[in-house]
Amino acid sequence: MEYFLELSSSGLVRGSIYALIALGYTMVYGIIQLINFAHGEIYMIGAFVALIVSGVLTIYGFSGISILILAALIAVIYAAAYGYTLEKIAYRPLRNAPRLSPLISAIGMSLFLQNYVLLAQTPDFLRFPALIPDFEFMEPIAHIMGSPELVIVVTSAVSMVGLTVLIKYTRIGKAMRATQQDMTMARLVGVNVDNVISMTFIIGSVLAAIGGVLVGSYIGQINFYIGFMAGVKAFTAAVLGGIGNIPGAVLGALVLGLTEAYAAGYISSAYEDVFAFGVLVLILIFRPSGLLGKAVKQKV
Amino acid sequence: MVDNIKRSLLVALWFVFLTFPLMVVKVNTLKNIVEWRWINMLWVAIGSFVLSIVWRWAMERRQLKSKKAEQGEEESVKPGFGQRLLEDPKIFKPVLIVLALVTLVFPLVVDIYQANIMVLALIFVVLGLGLNVTVGLAGLLDLGYVAFFAVGAYTYGVLNSFFGFGFWISLPLGGLMGALFGIVLGFPILRLRGDYLAIVTLGFGSIAKIVIENWEEVFNGAKGIANIPRPGFFGAEMSIHTATTYTYYIMILMVLFAIFITNRLKDSRVGRAWMALREDEIACVAMGVDMARTKLSAYAFGAFWAGLAGVIFASRNTYINPNSFTFMESALVLSIVVMGGMGSIIGVIIAALVLILMPEYLRAFSEYRMLMFGAVMVLMMIFRPEGLIANVRRKYAGRKVVTEDANA
Repeated sequence: MEYFLELSSSGLVRGSIYALIALGYTMVYGIIQLINFAHGEIYMIGAFVALIVSGVLTIYGFSGISILILAALIAVIYAAAYGYTLEKIAYRPLRNAPRLSPLISAIGMSLFLQNYVLLAQTPDFLRFPALIPDFEFMEPIAHIMGSPELVIVVTSAVSMVGLTVLIKYTRIGKAMRATQQDMTMARLVGVNVDNVISMTFIIGSVLAAIGGVLVGSYIGQINFYIGFMAGVKAFTAAVLGGIGNIPGAVLGALVLGLTEAYAAGYISSAYEDVFAFGVLVLILIFRPSGLLGKAVKQKV
Repeated sequence: MVDNIKRSLLVALWFVFLTFPLMVVKVNTLKNIVEWRWINMLWVAIGSFVLSIVWRWAMERRQLKSKKAEQGEEESVKPGFGQRLLEDPKIFKPVLIVLALVTLVFPLVVDIYQANIMVLALIFVVLGLGLNVTVGLAGLLDLGYVAFFAVGAYTYGVLNSFFGFGFWISLPLGGLMGALFGIVLGFPILRLRGDYLAIVTLGFGSIAKIVIENWEEVFNGAKGIANIPRPGFFGAEMSIHTATTYTYYIMILMVLFAIFITNRLKDSRVGRAWMALREDEIACVAMGVDMARTKLSAYAFGAFWAGLAGVIFASRNTYINPNSFTFMESALVLSIVVMGGMGSIIGVIIAALVLILMPEYLRAFSEYRMLMFGAVMVLMMIFRPEGLIANVRRKYAGRKVVTEDANA
């Protein structure tokens, strides 16, 4: 039973991280029907910026919680800037191109960003400082769920609630929903669609960067390649839940995280990715539009 | 002009801000030292300034072009160089003869290293031609193509190490195994469209690698399979040099074979069905094309070539391990197809040769190779989505619709 709880907690942590990244995928997909393949790279860049900032601050004698907040803040700002620039360079010129073009451009951008970080920094794994402090009140159950795990789950939950509020009740959220439903019509009623799309990328990147900082601090090491697998997994989660659907992305991410954790714990950790993709294929065979997605009838 | 420079300065400033933490600061977390590389800022500033001017100029040209196309003006009456090369016998016959001669004597005049590189490039030509069927003709984006390549290579490796099968028996078996896997993997994803397909194939690609890595008993895991024999010639003993030359000629024959088959298929019944499927799935099915069979045959056919190429790859290297079959290889083959121009055979060949040979001969830039690939993929999509040599669709000749009659 204890082992089961341990696995569940680890699955929950994974799921929360996947959810943070998957939201970026699903939001972008909902609006411009593009798989933003480079989204995982934004997450990786967020983690790197946080690592660099925290390294510099440690050397200049800052301490504890101030490092965490500053590093996370700067990582988020940079990730947003990267997301914005990415959209402007690689996707905006292809707004009216055939479906395959922006996808290939996205793969290109992903390769580019990976190798940019590889060349600018290092191909090796870097040790990421444990930024999240240990809480005393978590001591009794630390073997099941420690403080970093708690922080990750809570931060993700708060970010997701924040996102939901943003989309439901703010002006930009309304504009985003309008654009998602019908881009031409949204433009006709005076929504600046280009700004909305930029904003979507920025919000997605912010969430991804939060995920990057949390993961770096949790796992303890990062390299230029972490974004690729995380991106693929998060996209899998988004598809699993029904792409374009925000609660679906969260649900899909949790399902995926738990599946992986149980598969790794009870069967073999070497094959956890196989199970993750296996679940994806199974769900897509029986529910091609994902868990919560609505089946879209194609009109001719 | 002044405005242009001002904007480029702003862009440069933005990129300096953007690249600052990654390009300038380098933290050594073990020794707690920070290295400040200020000089990089200068390069970024100059580079992004120049690039932004070029970018804006190129974008203006692009807009002009699309505006012209919108107004229905003929862009240029003169067909492009690539097309002329293919259609005018006066040009292509001598070119072809020279090319054939160069190809024939190539391994005899260069050293073994170069011949070996050329074999690798030719392997990627075959891979490109194969993926060209799946992606270029049938429009099924496959991001896990390398899995079939691995199937071919490991078919030979396993059959040889367990049963002592030779190259020539394994070659067709490798191709067939590839095709079989194409069909098996194609089945569950028949109903998926574009983007879903991309992610599932990507998943298959990584699953293949994971299985190979972890199934020690059969695939020898991460250690890989060594001592795979080179292609044999009726049991004759060959030095490495002759063996390489021999492999080169096999490869040339295989490329010719692949060109011949794919070219014929393009205009066949199934080839036309693939293209129809790519253009509009619903219309295509409504016209009576069997969707499942057409899609599966596209997968199987693409995978077949990957299987063949895999066998040759294994025999060229005499050693295979899972690290030769990563997503990078899939991306490489995909960029070959995209750069060459989807569906265009000659374009794919040129792109494969350029993409494989260029990094070998520009060793100094080999670090930047993947960076360049990425950038080129983005730029190609924006400025030349039709590829190096655009695929020219065959049209019925001599049936011009006279519009005046319709107006009268």
